Amino acid sequence: MPEAFIYDHVRTPRGRGKPDGALHEVTALALATVPLKALKDRNNLPEDSVDDVVLGVVDPVGEAGSDIARFAALKAGLGEAVPGVQISRFCASGLDAVNFAAAQVMSGQHELVIGGGAESMSRVGIGASGGAWPMDPSMAVPAYFMPQGVSADLIATKYGFSRDDVDAYAVQSQQRAGKAWDEGRFNKSVVPVKDINGLTILAKDEHMRPSTTMQSLAQLQPSFTMMAQMGGFDGVAIQSHPEIERVNYVHHAGNSSGIVDGAGAVLLGSKEAGAKYGMKPRARIRAFANIGSEPAMMLTGPVDVTEKLFARSGMKKSDIDLFELNEAFASVVLRYIQAFDIDNAKINVNGGAIALGHPLGATGAMILGTVLDELERTNRSTALVTLCIGGGMGTATIIERV
Amino acid sequence: MAYKNFKVETDSDGIALVTWDIPGRSMNVLDETSTNELDAIVKETTADAAVKGVVITSAKEAFCAGADLSMLEGMNLAYAKVFKEQGETAANQMLFEQSRRFSQVLRSIETSGKPWAAAINGLALGGGFEITLCCHYRVAAENPKPRLGLPEVKVGLFPGAGGTQRVPRLVPPQDAMTILLKGDPVTVDKAKALNLIHAIVPAADLIKAAKDWIKGGGKAVAPWDEKGFKLPGGPVFSKAGMMMFPAGNAIYRRETYDNYPAARAIMSCVYEGLQLPIDAALRVESRYFTSVLRSKEAAAMIRSLFLSMQELNKGARRPKDVPPTKVKKIAVIGAGFMGASVGYVSARAGLDVVLIDRDQESADKGKAHAQKVIEEQIKKGRAKPADAEALLARITPTADYAALKDVDLVIEAVFEDRKVKAETFAKAQEHLKPDVIFASNTSTLPITSLAESFKDQGKFVGIHFFSPVEKMMLVEIILGKNTGDVALATALDYVRQIGKTPIVVNDSRGFFANRCVGRYVAEGNEMFLEGVPPAMIENCAKMAGMPVGPLSLSDEVALDLGLKIMKATEADLGPNAINPDQKKLMVEMVEKQGRLGRKNSKGFYDYPEKGKGQKSLWPGLSALQPKQLDPDTLDIEELKQRFLVVQAVEAARTVEDHVITDPREADVGSILGFGFAPFTGGTLSYIDFMGTKKFVELCHKLEAKYGSRFTPPKLLEEMAAKGETFYGRFAPKKAAA
Repeated sequence: MPEAFIYDHVRTPRGRGKPDGALHEVTALALATVPLKALKDRNNLPEDSVDDVVLGVVDPVGEAGSDIARFAALKAGLGEAVPGVQISRFCASGLDAVNFAAAQVMSGQHELVIGGGAESMSRVGIGASGGAWPMDPSMAVPAYFMPQGVSADLIATKYGFSRDDVDAYAVQSQQRAGKAWDEGRFNKSVVPVKDINGLTILAKDEHMRPSTTMQSLAQLQPSFTMMAQMGGFDGVAIQSHPEIERVNYVHHAGNSSGIVDGAGAVLLGSKEAGAKYGMKPRARIRAFANIGSEPAMMLTGPVDVTEKLFARSGMKKSDIDLFELNEAFASVVLRYIQAFDIDNAKINVNGGAIALGHPLGATGAMILGTVLDELERTNRSTALVTLCIGGGMGTATIIERV
Repeated sequence: MAYKNFKVETDSDGIALVTWDIPGRSMNVLDETSTNELDAIVKETTADAAVKGVVITSAKEAFCAGADLSMLEGMNLAYAKVFKEQGETAANQMLFEQSRRFSQVLRSIETSGKPWAAAINGLALGGGFEITLCCHYRVAAENPKPRLGLPEVKVGLFPGAGGTQRVPRLVPPQDAMTILLKGDPVTVDKAKALNLIHAIVPAADLIKAAKDWIKGGGKAVAPWDEKGFKLPGGPVFSKAGMMMFPAGNAIYRRETYDNYPAARAIMSCVYEGLQLPIDAALRVESRYFTSVLRSKEAAAMIRSLFLSMQELNKGARRPKDVPPTKVKKIAVIGAGFMGASVGYVSARAGLDVVLIDRDQESADKGKAHAQKVIEEQIKKGRAKPADAEALLARITPTADYAALKDVDLVIEAVFEDRKVKAETFAKAQEHLKPDVIFASNTSTLPITSLAESFKDQGKFVGIHFFSPVEKMMLVEIILGKNTGDVALATALDYVRQIGKTPIVVNDSRGFFANRCVGRYVAEGNEMFLEGVPPAMIENCAKMAGMPVGPLSLSDEVALDLGLKIMKATEADLGPNAINPDQKKLMVEMVEKQGRLGRKNSKGFYDYPEKGKGQKSLWPGLSALQPKQLDPDTLDIEELKQRFLVVQAVEAARTVEDHVITDPREADVGSILGFGFAPFTGGTLSYIDFMGTKKFVELCHKLEAKYGSRFTPPKLLEEMAAKGETFYGRFAPKKAAA
């Protein structure tokens, strides 16, 4: 089986996902185009050299609808012969796009493929694509549908994470992200978003608050209490895990992932493709997997998919130098650390979505790139990237430097 | 054309007045004849060029109280027959077509091209209300009481003749969901405010108002048949819809634990139907209706909560040769909480009440309770100040037993002590009219032995109320060995007068209800001792369909009382009658920890002061558990089953012991008395619908794991072997005859 190598990756800075965010004025199409064009330019890819572009978008409607991947590829100048496909596995879409791209290479059918994602949350809006899962009683009721935040609070309640625990984790995320920016650890991969005149709109992540402290977080009210109580989700949570008397609502805007706009992309290809275009492989895709997990708790899929991936790849915890788990909510990470007894110094070492934001469909591609940069910076070898997913799923990928 | 159930008269303006008036019945109910005739009337009036429009009304006090649910029994029989002869698909097809017939007739009114106006003269419920919803205009007679609604969900059904489609096309989704899922009727004023009806007029002007609307050019098109129709809450997939449906689904689960297929079907009908044009939407509704009709929950709920309850209320168990009695005046001896409440409900029903206690002050206290209750009713708008005045005038508190001289029935509710009771009987006997029936409200002492202290055992009976009496609709009538027919008939007539539902049981420790519910509470304690997390015990019980968790219930009843009963049982029946570990637990709670339950704000739960938050499980509980089990290793379905099976198997024992002689009484009694999972139809229906054989197998499985409390009685083994059901073997009609 041919191997799939990572040749390059880029991402945009993450803009605050609100009308006052810097990237709000940038169309979803323009945003998705940025990393594609950067990959082409940085690697001097000739026109029509890419076999496919796979982009994750979670709410592919309105301006982000109708297979944005094809049009972003065209707009980026990749060439008329470069097709595109848009996929969604909710929050893991960006990582799945990388895996789908890798699979095309590993199957020997394509030579050079881009996997990535884009999400303009400020413009399209979270949940804009609707869907049966929360709405249709025949699905919502048996699947114990709850908003993710309530599931995150359920995880905290079930596994015993207090408000202090989740806040302390959030403070660490902010500090690590702040330090990473200060030391220029993201410089290699973040490409600014520019206007039609070449003027910079945003060059740096704008959601983070490195000065965050336990005291400042203590001021924030839990975000999901009211929604859970008025909307009946507290009852759903308890019925899904009846050993719980009542849900402990610990998550708020400061220890949950930020709503942001952003895009990222990873260039993958066979060994031959690298040679053909004069590119040096940086890492190989060792293994990847997907799994469905308990839908009520919803966000514990990373634990299940990691177990599956270890079993399938014959690898174990000690083979992994760095873990990168999307910080959807603090309890998600704390549960993962608890389940595998992971050294805190080996996971999300440059912060994560709590500090930097989670542009849904793009995040998976972004954090894969972030951890590859960190492997290189610290001269380590292997990393596992994973994300929790709506509806109870997990996606994970193991990469290894070459 | 002449009709049996309707009268059709066309006036000089060409308006046909269709008057519903089923001969020989006090109320119009939707039956097969009415459906067929309505169909014919629509065809006739549509074809007749002379008819310009149609007004439909009723000659009875009510418009129509809904469908004749016994009709469904016939449909079920037909279904079973086709199923057997032609298979399931053919049977489902038949049921689909038959059960949607009425819906199609209503749709034909809506699309007849002639304007139809409903003149709603009174109560319009269920199918009756659905008839009016398909009319192009609805005018109702003034009335302060709740008159219009769709109560089907209460008996495990849902409005299957357009109700789930027309209501949310008229009113915003949240209001529509309340009407459909709660099933409570609304007043005509509320209906008007909600846009469910168009106008309210004095009763005398009703027909004229309906005709005037037609004469004024009333349009024969429903809003949803017009181009550009917009749903009142906007499209399903809109911002508003995304706020509404996910929360609606969650609240449905929170409130029903997903135990009620009809309620879930309502949610689906609204969600799916509102995305469709009306004809397709009605077809989808019919598909769900068919599926709900096929559910055992609907069959069980219709039988127990509608048919059996009605039969028991009408005196199914009353000895036929005793002439009707009418209690005008009763005495309640013992004006404590229970006695005062019995006095209140009796006075509320129009009876004169003598409230006797050992001194005037205690008797007055009992009357003060009645005053407090009626004042709360007034506050809630359920009574008028004049009602309070009349009610209080009917209650005479006294310490003088001479006041017993002209009462028709005595109910004693004195302290649960043989000696105290015997003294009360002796004192009362001196003053009673001959032939007065004497009842004891004891909940623990056997009636037969109590009766021995009364001079005429034939006139002695148990009338066991449940607390809180004002709310609890069940009354257990307990027959002692020598209780006579007149005593039984009088007790039944009295219970009927106060508007409660009676069950008649033979004497036994705990009678029927407390025997079963005692098992429920004990099972909670067993799980606690096994190491199941307390919250999981409580939640699984509620998920099984019980209204209150067993630990909560213990707290409500009071733990010291529970311990007292346990000790008494041990003293009377020997040490094997109780679990010593449970006793140890109760001794620890009551005697060492001073935790008595709700009454001292400390039991299994801690109770904060009123208004200062919710009760929460006492953190010290885990220290009283010998071990703690990991919840992820526990089988939730089995925990749920244990709660229901332990009660059902006890109910089966009461049948074997002849405490219960009619399965309807075990079913209705268990639902009304202690809230046994209503969707099962009650304790014995739970067994019947599971299948006796399967139930016995389940008992043996649980017996092997948890002990002899799950051992099925011989009777059940025998029934399982023969493939019998309770309703088959103890067919109620024969028992009632």
